[in-house]
Amino acid sequence: MELTTVWFLLIGVLWAGYFLLEGFDFGVGILLPVVGRDERSRRLAINTIGPVWDGNEVWLLVAGGATFAAFPEWYATLFSGFFLPLLLILVALIVRGVAFEYRGKRDGALWRKRWDIAIFVGSLVPAILWGVAFGNILRGVRLDARHEYVGGFFDLLNPYALLGGLTTLVLFTLHGAVFLALKTDGPMRAQSGRLASQLSLAAVPVAAGFLLWTGLAHTDGWGIALSAAAALALLAAIPLTRARREGWAFAATGATLLLAVAALFVTLFPDVMPSTIDPAYSLTVHNASSTPYTLKVMTWVAVFFTPIVLIYQGWTYWVFRKRLKLSDIPA
Amino acid sequence: MDSLDLSRWQFGITTVYHFIFVPITIGLSALVAGLQTAWVRTGKEHYLRATKFWGKLFLINFAIGVVTGIVQEFQFGMNWSNYSRFVGDIFGAPLAMEGLLAFFLESTFLGLWIFGWDRLPKRVHLATIWTAAIGTMLSAYFILAANSWMQHPVGWKMGDGRAELTSIWAVLTNSTTLVTFPHTITACFLTAGALLLAVSAWHLRKGNQEQVFRPSLRLGAWVVLIAGLGVLITGDLQARVMTEQQPMKMAAAEALYENTESASFSVFTIGSLDGKEEVWSVRIPSLLSFMATGDPSGEVEGINDLQSAYQREYGEGDYTPIVPVTYWSFRLMIGFGGLAMLVALAALWFNRGERRSTSRWLWIASIGCVAMPLLANSFGWIFTEMGRQPWTVFGLFKTDQSGSPAVSTGEAATGLIVLTLLYGVLAVIEVGLFLKYARAGAPEIPADTGDEAEDRPLAFAY
Repeated sequence: MELTTVWFLLIGVLWAGYFLLEGFDFGVGILLPVVGRDERSRRLAINTIGPVWDGNEVWLLVAGGATFAAFPEWYATLFSGFFLPLLLILVALIVRGVAFEYRGKRDGALWRKRWDIAIFVGSLVPAILWGVAFGNILRGVRLDARHEYVGGFFDLLNPYALLGGLTTLVLFTLHGAVFLALKTDGPMRAQSGRLASQLSLAAVPVAAGFLLWTGLAHTDGWGIALSAAAALALLAAIPLTRARREGWAFAATGATLLLAVAALFVTLFPDVMPSTIDPAYSLTVHNASSTPYTLKVMTWVAVFFTPIVLIYQGWTYWVFRKRLKLSDIPA
Repeated sequence: MDSLDLSRWQFGITTVYHFIFVPITIGLSALVAGLQTAWVRTGKEHYLRATKFWGKLFLINFAIGVVTGIVQEFQFGMNWSNYSRFVGDIFGAPLAMEGLLAFFLESTFLGLWIFGWDRLPKRVHLATIWTAAIGTMLSAYFILAANSWMQHPVGWKMGDGRAELTSIWAVLTNSTTLVTFPHTITACFLTAGALLLAVSAWHLRKGNQEQVFRPSLRLGAWVVLIAGLGVLITGDLQARVMTEQQPMKMAAAEALYENTESASFSVFTIGSLDGKEEVWSVRIPSLLSFMATGDPSGEVEGINDLQSAYQREYGEGDYTPIVPVTYWSFRLMIGFGGLAMLVALAALWFNRGERRSTSRWLWIASIGCVAMPLLANSFGWIFTEMGRQPWTVFGLFKTDQSGSPAVSTGEAATGLIVLTLLYGVLAVIEVGLFLKYARAGAPEIPADTGDEAEDRPLAFAY
């Protein structure tokens, strides 16, 4: 396999990892106002993701860095072209990260309430905008002959991309509800389970609509097969949630996200950012990539270090595998 | 102002702001790890209390350092897309390595440290903070390798309209990186040491928790002195490498216009606004020549000579950085760093043995000490980056070519305003929290209830 293809796949893997992991901590943040009816239950919800959210977010930083190293043209076009949405995402992530760390550092209902709003908004905004961004990448944007984005901000808010945003929103929220049911015990477990059941009913039509639209626009065999698999995984999550098989339900929503990202990347290939002005202006894995030497160096680095990262991140989840309950939260 | 100017301001503001917190993170994580090691080895409770106290301040600071770091990586693509296109083949590699090798370590093991107090065996838990500390240093190494490549490009060739990597080894062992890394790391320890010194001095004067804060004061002061010495030595080495690689930066640092042998170093100058005429100055003979070349009688190239040499090499244009900025940032960097060392020395001397200083001035100076390395760090970066202008990649690629064509003036202005306001608000909140916890003093350690760890509430939960 060509190294450009390898790196396209690796970046897909990084995004899939990011959606799989930060997906659920976004979901917990979005559900905070619903499941956290009093201070203690809010703290319980936040502490389910406490030890891991920061490590999850690094998947985004590595995806960004890897794109810079392997496909500098893509990195430059994408980030400068989507300037305002990215700015919004960054502001949301900043506010959210600070909120997790600072909300408990001072007493006072108003102080905490403000940070809770920050956690909610800071989780909601990226959960929508990542879907919008990927919707636009898939749909193609106005790139000129120099691969510069010449569209405006409002071009990015087209129906297909907005449906993409709605899709990531419901999928992440569902994923978060399943995670909460998996990681807590007592009333929150039951409540999150019920929420997950209700959310899955909303998630199915939205996600199916988006995947179907994608499939109709790009008649790509593998992409459609992966989309169908994602849809099946999502359907499987419904009975598993109802049966309170939380571990399996989490595996199912996780698989949905992984397969959906895989479907998007496979559909996109070999483009990385199609141009709607002229297909000849599209960025592809070939014209956006670094030199073979850089790709080779980065491949060795990735082959050697990715397994190590997976092992110790996996260990973190193992260390904190215990379900949390209200009595675990210090008074 | 156009999109490029706005992007330059944004880059300057976000980078200087981010680098207020980074040195504290790097230095303090290792010092907290050291204190925790002392506790694990001796079992003395005051070490545990010190670990928890400094650990809390470390986390308040780390949170903001981490979140503002996200902007650093993304703004290359957002505001500097032409730069990213030109250097991505090279510059992206250390950046991606920073993410994969360092960020994951820091964030994952810090999460384990924060939440693992009751969940991990003592020694494993100790290893998590050391691993996080090592992660912060690895991170510094990769980002400095990337920055050093901009100061002194190595291991590259000109490809099809962009710079292409020919040797990753050359980039990772760039002579600039090898002197910049120890200089930056020692400066980080200087910063963290000053923080320990300042907060401890405040508590000792109030008569609080002498058992915790006396060792901390001493530790802080020693760290400032030893790290300061390291900063001095590595700074001296760095000056020589810089003179060799970027003679214009050295000339601008002294506002030296003509080639001069046995050049003197001006500690302070009152001059005309453009920095070209000198009214009055305090000078140390031959020091600049020594700093630049290692020889007191060595020749230092002046701005005018370099300007004409660069014009011959790179074509018409102004190759002189803004002289007053480089001149003063260079002095303020050295001055504030040196001042911190003097205060630390005084604090150690007047608190030696069982003695306790009662001097109000020393007390004020010790508390003020916290700001000195922070200012020195900021001016150091302003000097390094502004002194490279008009280049983003020295000799290869200019700043005015580096911006993003797709970003409008309005968008760039939005970015600048939003981030500046946000960072301003966060600064107020951060300082408030920091002071609250610094004043509160070290926590009491609750007696072991004998419960199984499984049944106890989370010790360090959010």
